[in-house]
Amino acid sequence: MARKPQDFKTPVHNNWCPGCGDFGILNAVQMALAELDLEPHRVVIFSGIGCSGKTPHYINTYGIHTLHGRVLPYATGAKLANPDLTVIAVGGDGDGLGIGAGHFVNAGRRNLDITYILHNNGVYGLTKGQASPTLKLGVQTKSLPQPNINQGVNPLFLALAAGYTFIARSYAYDTRHLVTIIKQAIAHNGSAFIDVLQPCPTYNDINTREWYSGEDRKDPQTGRAIPRVYKVEEQGYDPLIKPGMSDAEIAAKLTRFIEKALEWGERIPLGILLKNETVPSYEERILERIPFYRETPPARQRISDAQGRPTLDLAKLLEELKVT
Amino acid sequence: MHRKNSLAWLIGGAQGSGVDSAANLFAKACAFGGLYVYGQREYYSNIMGEHSYYQVTVSDRPVRSVRSYTDILVSADAETVFLHALEVKPGGAILYDPKLAETPLSKVAALEHRAREDIHSYLQARGLPETMSGMLHDAQARGIQLYPVPYDELLHQMMGEKAPQLAQAKRIANAMAVAASCALVGYDIKLLERALEDIFFGKKKVIELNLRACELAYEYIGKHFARDFPITLEPIVANESRIYVTGYQATALGKLTAGCSMQTYYPISPATDESVYLEAHQIFERRGEQGAIVVVQVEDEIAAITMATGAALAGARAATSTSGPGFSLMVEGLGWAGINEVPVVITLYQRGSPSTGMPTRHEQGDLRFVLHAGHGEFPRIVLASGDLEECFYDAIRAFNYAERYQLPVIHLLDKSLASSSQTHPAFDPQRAHIDRGLLNSSAVGESYKRFAYTETGISPRTVLGTPGGIFWNTGDEHDELGHITEDPIERIRMMDKRAKKLEIAAREIPLSEKINIFGDPASELIILSWGSPKGAILDALEALWAEKRSVCFVQCRLLSPLPSDDLRKLLERAKRRVCIENNYSGQFAGLVREQTGIAMDHLIVKFNGRPITMDEVYQSVKEILLGTAPRRMVLTHGA
Ligand SMILES: Cc1ncc(C[n+]2csc(CCOP(=O)(O)OP(=O)(O)O)c2C)c(N)n1
Ligand SMILES: [Mg+2]
Repeated sequence: MARKPQDFKTPVHNNWCPGCGDFGILNAVQMALAELDLEPHRVVIFSGIGCSGKTPHYINTYGIHTLHGRVLPYATGAKLANPDLTVIAVGGDGDGLGIGAGHFVNAGRRNLDITYILHNNGVYGLTKGQASPTLKLGVQTKSLPQPNINQGVNPLFLALAAGYTFIARSYAYDTRHLVTIIKQAIAHNGSAFIDVLQPCPTYNDINTREWYSGEDRKDPQTGRAIPRVYKVEEQGYDPLIKPGMSDAEIAAKLTRFIEKALEWGERIPLGILLKNETVPSYEERILERIPFYRETPPARQRISDAQGRPTLDLAKLLEELKVT
Repeated sequence: MHRKNSLAWLIGGAQGSGVDSAANLFAKACAFGGLYVYGQREYYSNIMGEHSYYQVTVSDRPVRSVRSYTDILVSADAETVFLHALEVKPGGAILYDPKLAETPLSKVAALEHRAREDIHSYLQARGLPETMSGMLHDAQARGIQLYPVPYDELLHQMMGEKAPQLAQAKRIANAMAVAASCALVGYDIKLLERALEDIFFGKKKVIELNLRACELAYEYIGKHFARDFPITLEPIVANESRIYVTGYQATALGKLTAGCSMQTYYPISPATDESVYLEAHQIFERRGEQGAIVVVQVEDEIAAITMATGAALAGARAATSTSGPGFSLMVEGLGWAGINEVPVVITLYQRGSPSTGMPTRHEQGDLRFVLHAGHGEFPRIVLASGDLEECFYDAIRAFNYAERYQLPVIHLLDKSLASSSQTHPAFDPQRAHIDRGLLNSSAVGESYKRFAYTETGISPRTVLGTPGGIFWNTGDEHDELGHITEDPIERIRMMDKRAKKLEIAAREIPLSEKINIFGDPASELIILSWGSPKGAILDALEALWAEKRSVCFVQCRLLSPLPSDDLRKLLERAKRRVCIENNYSGQFAGLVREQTGIAMDHLIVKFNGRPITMDEVYQSVKEILLGTAPRRMVLTHGA
């Protein structure tokens, strides 16, 4: 019996603003989990703080709503302790690239098998619309008393530099596209990062739904809007870096990635931009040190017997300290 | 006056020149001979060149602290003589390299300004030259014996042109100084040989080289000096299996015994050693299978506590280890673990503070901080160990408390514990018990509520991945399922529920795990303390009791929830009370006054970055007994 998105819903009252992009992301996560037919108790959704941080409460899996900026280390801890869990981290752009930027970079270095979905709305939603780290220089969204004085960080570049081995971008209002991306991110063995463009109807009056779909630039012939977002896969873009490729081939792939990551404004690429299969996952690195890590990871160590006595052979460890 | 098997020994030299290894060698040689040993390391926040020293107390009875004086001073450089000569007791000895004797004070570059000024005034006042030999002359005049040992010459004799250069020669010279010390006290060189074999295990050439050099130094003392040193050391029979263990190792071994399977850390003195030790011992034997701990060096202490918390949610016994600056960063994560009732253990090695303070020096300045760290109110358990045995067993208890009461536990230690080494009966895992609390590991059912209201406030817990055990967590206030709520009534219930757990803990935890009492509480004077001063107090107590002084020592181990009723009962009966602690303001004395209404008659504090010595306790307590002590006494010993 296949699962349905409905199975991943909770009765919790949803208090996002009407039309919020978070709804699209939430639906896509629920659909992806259903389509992958994952058992709810094997899945954990972690979130940071922000409007996006409420996501886990609406999903019927284990749901851990953590601290502002700290979603990745919490998620990492759980996955390391029990690698059988499917771990998905979600959070705002302020959460992940502002206060949590250090964790974003260091999670990439590990390449642990988790999926990180960034709700990129250009603003600090829950605190009423201040500029987020992805908002471009000089842009003045609704709540800003002055135009943004900082440059926007490019999440795709940062993810590449940090070492994420799966880097994708999707769009909150293209649920179908997002579902396929999330499914592939979960299937990817390593750290997967999805930058989800998410209009904030309340505070971001610049990068709106209409802006992304190009309502302001109609084809003079057909009168139809020319969307800014487009899909790289439709252009034959191939994100795969696999073992055995030459350095030149890899360099060519990365160059293409950079070209795509630089596009913004008139044309905004969506899709999987990088899938690197040449980097060992963190689990594989631990396995080199602890060969039985998979069978008895930290959460499944048999630490005591039925009587509550420790199972550790302490005498052996004391041997090197022994003096009489 | 001849004295057998009781010795205070100190070696000093530049950091990175092998002072620690030499001290370890001496300590182990003594320990192999069945003697009791306590060692304490002092060092700068520096890699190379600054002054470091190592004190070793040896006895045929258990020893637990350092002394204010030393019987034998081993100097690997001139700075050591300048800084420590005045600590040598009349009748004691200074071992030194004669080629350094004319080193002027002005050439000792690393000396702190204040120390230089003091030494300058001291020598000037006595009309002595401002050189190392000026210091040595003064020592001799005070009845201290001088033992110049020409290490280089001896090495040359032994190896000719092949004698090692500089760094290595220095290290060998330090080993030779240990051998010379053994010769002075007539200690069997065979035991030194055993210590060399133990320390350089498997490195045959190194052992051989050091051994030959040591033999030469040993013989040199016999040949060139009269055998009249008043202290002798002799091996004794130890009727028990004993280890020589360092504080961070004891804590790490406790964690492993407790089943801690994940530790996160960000490097910081003096906590790092523990994590490094764990990683070096990441695979071990469990009954019938192999076990492991995953040690993760993370990007900062915020990640350290949050990652450990994530692991705890998944069911691992998880911990992180840090010091003051790191704990400061962990505070928001502590509150999150509090409101979500996650069993996570934080091992906090206090050090000289605030800010980076004195990174490698000792202090107990974080008591008030750990009790209150975090915004808002949530229960936590704080336990403080007083010695290495407690480091081990308390580390196990910390996890039991954490899981039984589902809250963060702070195991409060300090630099003095971390860097002290001690001979100790081998830790006994049979004395340890693992209590995982109310933990559902199999299917629970559709209506599972992670934060269900119960009599005790403790709700049966599931871990991530448990079928039917789905729950939600949030740092927001939440309902029984773990979903956000701002309902005023639900808020009261949840606050009550969490607070209740601490009341239960206070009731359930046996008195023996809260307080240690040494002596008769009906004594003239009660000494109150917590944490690492325990060793110096116990050592001083033995001396005071030997003089039939009426003194009792109450050591508080559980600091949250504080056993205030028990403390009040004990303190009420005392005629006089003194609190001893390694901080400025007497944080514990203040806490006890706040929670029991009882004020201390005296406060003995020390905050110069150095641990309290036995002699400091002995002297200040005696002053109190004689009625000559001020209310607040500040201890200052230590270079
Ligand atoms: C340590 C800390 N600082 C500040 C806040 C206040 N705060 C709550 S949400 C938020 C910003 C959220 O923005 P973002 O991460 O982009 O999420 P969004 O609401 O846009 O989904 C801030 C600053 C907090 N919760 N914690
Ligand atoms: Mg945002």
